[in-house]
Amino acid sequence: MSEILIKNASVCDPAQGINCETMDICVRDGKIVDSVSGNAKVIDAEGRLTMAGGFDGHTHSAGKINVGRFINPNDARKNLVPGLSGQVARTEKTRAQVGYNTPNTYAIGYRYAKLGYTTICEAAIPLLAARHTHEEFKEIPILDKMGLSLFGSNWQVMEYIRDKEPEKLAAYIAWGLKASRGYGVKIVNPGGGEAWGWGKNVSGLYDPVPNFDVTPEEILMGLAEANERLQLPHSVHVHCNNLGKPGNYATTIETMKLFEKVKPSRDRQSLHVTHVQFNAYAGTSWRDFETGAPMVSDYINGANHLTFDLGQVIFGPAVTMTADGPVEYANSRMLHEKWSNQDIELEDASGVVPLFYSPKSFVNAVQWAIGLELALLVKDPWKIMFTTDSPNGGSFVNYPEAFTYLMSAKRREEVISGFSKMALDRMVLPGIDRELDFYELAVMTRGTQSKIYSRPEKGNLKAGSDADIAIYDILPGQIDPATEYQKVKKAFSGAAYTLKDGVVVVKDGEIEATPKGRIYWVNAKVPENIDSTMQKDLDFKFKKYYTVSKSNYMVEDMYLENPVEIGTEGVF
Amino acid sequence: MPVIKDAVCSLCGSLCDDITVTVEDNKITKIENACILGHSKFVGMFEHDRIETPMIRKDGELVSVSYEEAIEAAAKILVSSRRTLSYGWCSTSCEAISGAIQLAEETGSIIDSTANVCHGPSALAAQEKGSPSASLGEIKNRADVIVFWGCNPVHAHPRHMSRYSSFSKGFFTEKGRKARTMAVIDVRKTDTAKLADKYVEIEQGSDLLLVTALRSIVNGHEDVIPETVAGVPKAEIIELAETLKNAKFACIFFGMGVTQSRSKYKNGDAMSSLISDLNQHTKAVMIGMRGHYNVTGFGQVATWETGFPMAIDFAKGYPYYNPGETGANDLLVREEPDAAIIAAADAGAHFPQKAVRHLARIPVIQIDPYANPTTELADVVIPSAIVGIEAEGTAYRMDAISLHMKKLIDSKFKTDEEIVKDLTEKVRELKRGA
Ligand code: SF4
Repeated sequence: MSEILIKNASVCDPAQGINCETMDICVRDGKIVDSVSGNAKVIDAEGRLTMAGGFDGHTHSAGKINVGRFINPNDARKNLVPGLSGQVARTEKTRAQVGYNTPNTYAIGYRYAKLGYTTICEAAIPLLAARHTHEEFKEIPILDKMGLSLFGSNWQVMEYIRDKEPEKLAAYIAWGLKASRGYGVKIVNPGGGEAWGWGKNVSGLYDPVPNFDVTPEEILMGLAEANERLQLPHSVHVHCNNLGKPGNYATTIETMKLFEKVKPSRDRQSLHVTHVQFNAYAGTSWRDFETGAPMVSDYINGANHLTFDLGQVIFGPAVTMTADGPVEYANSRMLHEKWSNQDIELEDASGVVPLFYSPKSFVNAVQWAIGLELALLVKDPWKIMFTTDSPNGGSFVNYPEAFTYLMSAKRREEVISGFSKMALDRMVLPGIDRELDFYELAVMTRGTQSKIYSRPEKGNLKAGSDADIAIYDILPGQIDPATEYQKVKKAFSGAAYTLKDGVVVVKDGEIEATPKGRIYWVNAKVPENIDSTMQKDLDFKFKKYYTVSKSNYMVEDMYLENPVEIGTEGVF
Repeated sequence: MPVIKDAVCSLCGSLCDDITVTVEDNKITKIENACILGHSKFVGMFEHDRIETPMIRKDGELVSVSYEEAIEAAAKILVSSRRTLSYGWCSTSCEAISGAIQLAEETGSIIDSTANVCHGPSALAAQEKGSPSASLGEIKNRADVIVFWGCNPVHAHPRHMSRYSSFSKGFFTEKGRKARTMAVIDVRKTDTAKLADKYVEIEQGSDLLLVTALRSIVNGHEDVIPETVAGVPKAEIIELAETLKNAKFACIFFGMGVTQSRSKYKNGDAMSSLISDLNQHTKAVMIGMRGHYNVTGFGQVATWETGFPMAIDFAKGYPYYNPGETGANDLLVREEPDAAIIAAADAGAHFPQKAVRHLARIPVIQIDPYANPTTELADVVIPSAIVGIEAEGTAYRMDAISLHMKKLIDSKFKTDEEIVKDLTEKVRELKRGA
C-alpha cells in the first residue's frame, strides 16, 4: 500500500466547485481517497495551486505526426520553448528527446507531464492504420491515452446511411472501434475524404458525395444516431466541412444546428466541434477575411447540446496534419510548401503540411485572435476545451503561453500592439476585456474533458478518482495573473509536482519517474444477429476491396499497454 | 495438422498477408498463395545457409559457442568501442528495431538502415517536397493509370501487380488490367515493361530530365521542351503527360532505378512536385517500391523514437542526423567506426569495397539467420530466428500500413528482439562493473 498526503494545497477543482481553497489531498494506491494513515509520505504543497492532471482532449500525438516528423527533420532541432523543446540528451531516467512541433514519442510524454498533463486523446485514428497509432502510444511514457477513430468518409458507413440501415451502421461502428481500439467517433470533413479520392471536395452539408449518393448532413446525422444508439462515452467529434475557408462560420453554425435534434443517450453533449478557430471565418475570400467568432459564440451561448475546442494559433512554425486531405493540398499550393498525402482505402484521407504563423500576416493575426475570441465570448467554460489542435495551431508546449492570453488583457494588448491596422479591423478581440481565472482555466483544461469523455475518474480530485495531480508554483491570492503573467507562464511550464496514479513523475519541473500509462478503448455491445449480418457485408468488403485480410486488420491485444476496456450497452 | 491462415509473407515490401501455411511436426509442409520468392522463403528456411550456432572468431576461425558467450563477447566489443556503427535491421521486426535503437542510444552509437543503399534518397526527397501517397488499396480500387518507374515488380515484387496494381480489380476498377493504362519507364525492356501498354526507354541517369519535361508539359509549357529529352522523343513525352493528366487516378510507383541513379534524391523531389502539379488536373499519388519486407518499418520506428528515419548518431546523447555524414557508408569510407553490428542485412555483399575493407579491420558483430559475406568479416556471429516464420513481430508494408507477422513454427534460435534485449542488459551490466 502506498500512501501520500499532499498538505496545504490550494485546490482548484471545478468538478467539486472548489476554487483555490487550502486543503489536504490524500492518495492511496494511485487513487484519491478521503484519508490516509500516519505512514503516508507527505508532500507539502506550501499553499501552491493544485489541480487534477491536465487532459488534452484533442491532440495529434501518434500516427500521422510521424509523417510530420519524417518530412520536417529540421523540427528536431527547434528549441523555441527552452526546457520543453529541442534536443535533450538521454539521462539515467529519460530517453533522448528531440523536436518542437513534432517531438519524438518520449519527448511527448515527458513534456506533457512537465505541463502537469497526464491524459491525452489522439484526435484521428485511421482504422486501417490503427496499429501504427498504438505502436506509437506504447512508446509515449507516463500519459494515459485514448484515440478517436475516423468514420466520416468510410464506404461502409456511407452505404449503410444511404441504404437506411441504422442498426447495421451501429454494429459497424462498434466493430470499427474494436478493430482500431478507438474511444470514439471522429468525423472529418464528412464526405470530403471520399471526394478527395478523386481529387475533389464537398462544399457543404448538402453537397452529394461522389458515387455514394449521400450528403455530409446525412453522414453526420447517421453517425450521431449510431453514436447514441451505442451509448458511447463521447459524442461524435466533428471537424466541420469547409475548414480553413473564409465564410465557413455559416457551415459551422449550420452543422451545430443540425445536432439540436440529436438526443444524447448519456449525460454528455451530443456534439463536440473541434478546433473551431479554423471554422469561424467570415468574409468571402482571403482579401476580405475577418473573424466569424462573434456569430459562432453567439450561437454557442444559446445552445446546450454541444462543446467545442479552440485550435488556438501560436505564432511561429507549426505543422498542420489532418484527415482533411483536400485542405492540405490547398494549403500546400497556396503556401508553396511541401505536401504529404495519405489516402486510406475505403476509409478516408489525410495530409501533412508545415506552415508558419506570423503576427505580421493579417490573416494569421486574425486567426490568433479568433481562438481567443471564442474562449472569451463563450460564457460557459464547461462548453470549452482548451487546445491548439497540437501541432496544427502550434505545439502543445506553448499552452502556458496561451494561458497568459486567456488570463491577461494586458498580455493580449502587448501582442495585439504588433498587429497591422488591417488585422485589427478584422477582429473583435481588442474590445474584449474578460480575463479568465484559475478556476475557469481548470474547467477548460480538465473539467470539460472529464465530462465530455465520460471519464469521471479524470480531471478532478474527488475521492475515488485517479491520483493524477499537478501542483504549480503559484500562490493563488498572492498573484495577479492579469499583470504577473510571466510568473503564470513559468509556473505552468514546469509543474512543481506532477503525480500520475500517485507516482511523482515530475518534481520541480524535471522528470522523476516514467511509468507506463493506460490505453482506453471502447467495446460497445451489439446484438449478435445484427452483428453477424453486418459481418457478412464486411467480409465482402474485405474480399473484394481491401488489401489486408479482415483478421490482420484488427489491432491485436499485444499492441495495447495497460488496456482499459470500456463496455457500453447498446439500445437496439 | 495446423493450418494457419492469413500469414504475412516476410520477404518483400508487398507484405502479402493472405498466405495459408500448413505445419506438420513443426515443419512447414504446404504454402498457398505465396509467389515463388515468398514460397522459397517459407520452404527454404533450412535449405539456405543457416547459421547453426552462435560463433566467436578465435585465431581466425569461427568456433561455436553458447548464446551467452556470444552475447558477452559482443557486449565487450560494444563497451570498449568509442564509435560503433549499427547497420541493417530491415529484415526484422519493428520490436527488434526499437530495441536496436535503444541499444544505439545507450552505447552512443550510430544506427542506419539498408535504406542507405536503396530508398534513402526517397526520404531526403520527402524532406524537401513531401510525399503524396496512398494506401495500396486506393490504387487497386481507383487507379486507371499506373506507371512503374525504375522498378521491376515482375521479379522483385511478384504479386504486386495482381494484388495491388495493374491486374487487380477493385470498386471503381472492376475490369482490372483491361481498363487500365500501364506504363513502364526504364533503361531496359524489363519483364514488367513487356506487360505494359507503353514502354518509355530512358537514357541511364536522366530521370530528372524526364520528370522535369513532364512537369513542364503538365503545367502548360510544352514549348520549352526540346525534340528529345532523356533519349525520349518529345511526342512520346507529351503523350505520357497527357495520359497522366487525363487519368481519373494515376499512381507512379518508383524504384531504386530512380532513387539510386544520377541526381538521386532530386529525382524523388521532382517526382513529388510532378504529383502535386498533376493534382491540379486529376488525382495522382506516388509510392516507393520498397524492397526488404520491413525497410519501411525501420523508417517509421526510427522516426517516432528519434525524430529521424535513418543515419542517426547518438554520440552526443541526443539524436543527430546528417545523411552524407552519418550514413553507414559515409562513416565506413571515412574509416570512422571502431566496431560494427550488422543485423538482418548483408553489408559484406552490398557495400562498396572501401567500406567493406574497413569493416574487415574492425570487430564486427553479426546478427542474422543466414550466413552471408558479412559472416566472413564477423568476429561474433549470433544466429536469430526468422521473423514471420519462427518469430512474431510487426512490419510495415511499402505504403506504411503495418501488419502483425505470425510465428508459424518453433525454433531453437533466439529472436532478434531477445538478442538485442540480452545484449543491452549485458552492456548495462558491464558498464555498471566498469
Ligand atoms: S510478392 Fe513479396 S510479399 Fe508477396 S508473396 Fe511474393 S515475396 Fe511475399
